[in-house]
Amino acid sequence: MNKTKQMVLALVGVVVLYALLKALIVTGIIGPYWQIILNESMIYVIGGLGLSIIYGFTGQFSLGHAAFVGIGAYCAGWFAITFSHYGIWASLGSLVVGMISAGLVGYLIGVPILRLKSDYLGIATLGFNFIVYDGMQNSDKLSSVLGGAQGMTGVPQFQTFEWYFVTAVIVFILVRNLVFSSHGRAFTAIRENETAADVVGISPARTKIMAFTVGCVLAGLGGALYAHNYPYVNPDSFTFLESINYLIIVVLGGMGSMTGTVITAVGWTFLLEVLRMFLSLLGPSFINLRGVLYALILIVVIILRPQGIFGGMEASFLVPYIGRRKSNAAAGS
Amino acid sequence: MPLLEVKNLGINFGGLRAVNKFDLEIQAGEIVGVIGPNGAGKTTVFNMLSGYYRPTDGTIAFKGRTMNGLRPFQVAQRGIARTFQNIRLFPQISVLDNVRIAFHPRAGYNMLDSILRTPRFKAREAELTGRAMNLLAVFGLEDKAEIKANGLPYGAQRRLEIARAMAVQPDLLLLDEPAAGMNPAEVQQLVELVRFVKEKFDVTVLLIEHQMGLVMNLCERLVVMDFGEIIASGLPQEVRENPKVLEAYLGRGAVA
Amino acid sequence: MVTFFQQVVNGLQLGLVYALIALGYTMVYGIIKLINFAHGDVFMVGAFMGYIGFTFVKLPWPVALVMALITCAVIGVINERLVYRPLRYAAKISALISAIGASFFIEYFTSLNFVFGPNYISYTPPIKEITWIIGGVRITDIQVVILVTVAAFLALLQLLIFRTKLGSAMRTVSFDHDAARLMGVDVDRTISFTFFVGSGLAGIGGVLFGFAYPEIWTFLGVMTGLKAFIAAVLGGIGIIPGAVLGALIMGQVEIMTAAYISSQARDAVAFAILIIVLLIRPSGILGRNEPEKI
Repeated sequence: MNKTKQMVLALVGVVVLYALLKALIVTGIIGPYWQIILNESMIYVIGGLGLSIIYGFTGQFSLGHAAFVGIGAYCAGWFAITFSHYGIWASLGSLVVGMISAGLVGYLIGVPILRLKSDYLGIATLGFNFIVYDGMQNSDKLSSVLGGAQGMTGVPQFQTFEWYFVTAVIVFILVRNLVFSSHGRAFTAIRENETAADVVGISPARTKIMAFTVGCVLAGLGGALYAHNYPYVNPDSFTFLESINYLIIVVLGGMGSMTGTVITAVGWTFLLEVLRMFLSLLGPSFINLRGVLYALILIVVIILRPQGIFGGMEASFLVPYIGRRKSNAAAGS
Repeated sequence: MPLLEVKNLGINFGGLRAVNKFDLEIQAGEIVGVIGPNGAGKTTVFNMLSGYYRPTDGTIAFKGRTMNGLRPFQVAQRGIARTFQNIRLFPQISVLDNVRIAFHPRAGYNMLDSILRTPRFKAREAELTGRAMNLLAVFGLEDKAEIKANGLPYGAQRRLEIARAMAVQPDLLLLDEPAAGMNPAEVQQLVELVRFVKEKFDVTVLLIEHQMGLVMNLCERLVVMDFGEIIASGLPQEVRENPKVLEAYLGRGAVA
Repeated sequence: MVTFFQQVVNGLQLGLVYALIALGYTMVYGIIKLINFAHGDVFMVGAFMGYIGFTFVKLPWPVALVMALITCAVIGVINERLVYRPLRYAAKISALISAIGASFFIEYFTSLNFVFGPNYISYTPPIKEITWIIGGVRITDIQVVILVTVAAFLALLQLLIFRTKLGSAMRTVSFDHDAARLMGVDVDRTISFTFFVGSGLAGIGGVLFGFAYPEIWTFLGVMTGLKAFIAAVLGGIGIIPGAVLGALIMGQVEIMTAAYISSQARDAVAFAILIIVLLIRPSGILGRNEPEKI
């Protein structure tokens, strides 16, 4: 099957999926609670793709991703509340605000921090997560709208599925375009061998910062959507434990696999909810069993497949077709 | 004007003077070899030329411009490419992409083009891919274009590394022990490959090597190092009979 | 001025406890380059062992200490065998994820009602609190116990590492696994032993923590473990004196921040200091910067 046919089929598949889910929502089979979860899975897809770019593709170990999601959530939420008299435009604008704020902070932090090596980078980003958390706890000192430790309320709520699904699909397409381009190749070059990348003319510093910034922009977008999905924007949603969630999604899905990240983001979100549902049926004392099962699943999966579920693999319709003997331009001329 | 002009190059590592008073002049089109026992400082010189280490003393001038203090990626962008003693490919990436990566500085489109798939992206990417494929063909690797680089046999990996270096479009190619781990038949193939590359791409070659077969057959001129300094230089036949050179090698029990 | 010295003493108490935990992190990282995420939770188990020991079994506290040591050491070894060893030569990140899983497992399992339960537990430590006032500064007998115990175990650790064959094996394996094997060292056993010692120390740390701050719960290990880990990195991860140095610094920083800035800012300040140190000395205070050979 040639590439164009594959891509068309994939697009059709997406539309069918949307129609199916929409039908389930409209008929009420997917109730309001699960709608929120569905939206949440889309948020994890977007944020997860962000960390995938930073870590899965460029190899920069960031343990502070949730902080950027949080920055996006707070900035977007503040914007949406402050300009709420503009209605939907405020909310749309807040998505942009979320992206820019997280991206800017990501850039500013990235410049000094990305010099650090792997484990140390992880620790530094973890530290940044804490500093941001502390800032969020004290956010009411900056502006009462932000709410401080109790969290921010009052962000106009949009739980319509289209918002989240369409955004996620667009993000996915754009990320795919980025990955399969010279810039995406530069990212993976850094991950594979920074020294060799340097020697073929790719600036490690600039590339890492670029990847980090893009990843943080996506985190910010996820955060902005988060603010519209939940009535509360609370600092406790952006702790380092949440950063670990994103890490798990990227690693378990498979490093350098967008397909893996997306499927794991959705799957993991639903797995946790299904577990919660099941266990609460058994009784209140079984709630913590959810954590035990979660942990066991995590351990078993990573031991059985250390490279991640989709490690090294990508859905074939995503990979661009490579023509053979295309141009007549003689190499080196 | 010489292509590469190195004067009085030296470097200290802590208390150790690893390279001292290293002078070298290379004209365009030459194939020059640097030989010497292990630990003589040859790779250190390469590392300085490619921008990894900052020399403590001396100057490096390439195409008339000074290179001191440049980072490796800047050195590459000025036209010096290098390979490594222990091959440094991008293992989990395809053979084709290994080469395409080297075209990145000259890709001709920006990130926005990539994300939005603009016509400029499509045109430049196709051109870039075509050139990469042609390059692979030159090195006999085009049917392996989509295999992961770490799936190639050793000899093919070496060729890929050189192909990638050529994708940098260098005027000067630094080869660090390209024949490491090769048997005599493979060495002969390598000799022909390097000669071919030099002719076809009009590139100047500076190489480090231990294998005398390669060096004697290939290099027009030799520079011999020991203990961080040049102890002899000249035509291969002259250098081979130089008593200081013999002492440096045989005196240490190394195989010549 | 007196309050300042008081805070120094308080910081010392905290730092000494951190030191015991930090040692475990640093020893494991040194030998298999793994951040043992579950280490903080082993410390938590130690704290509970101490609590159970004094409160239910009415053991004298040194006995409870030893009991905690052994329990935690064993848990550490089991953890290594089941969860880390299968991934020892896989990608480091996979081992880290596995460690995260182990950490969550211990936390949630012990939170189950039939184990420790999910609630905070306050209790009275088994040491009658005697206070001396020296130069205006309050020093409690608990602080003396902590100081003496930690010092004793540090001395024992030194002896172990530099005067025994096992210790020598540990140092060799830290350097290079294959070389150690070639020299006849049983790498698997040495690694298990490292976990045994490191986890045992964390267990003691847990009991001592319970003396000084007798409010424990099953998620105690999360933040305390993290801070001890920061301490180890601060001093130079993989370097034993570094762990102690880093821990003492962390203890001071935390107490001083709580006293002079705000209690809330403790973590943020600690992390900020860590980031600054890493930017100046990327391998930690006592860390050796080993450049890559090109």
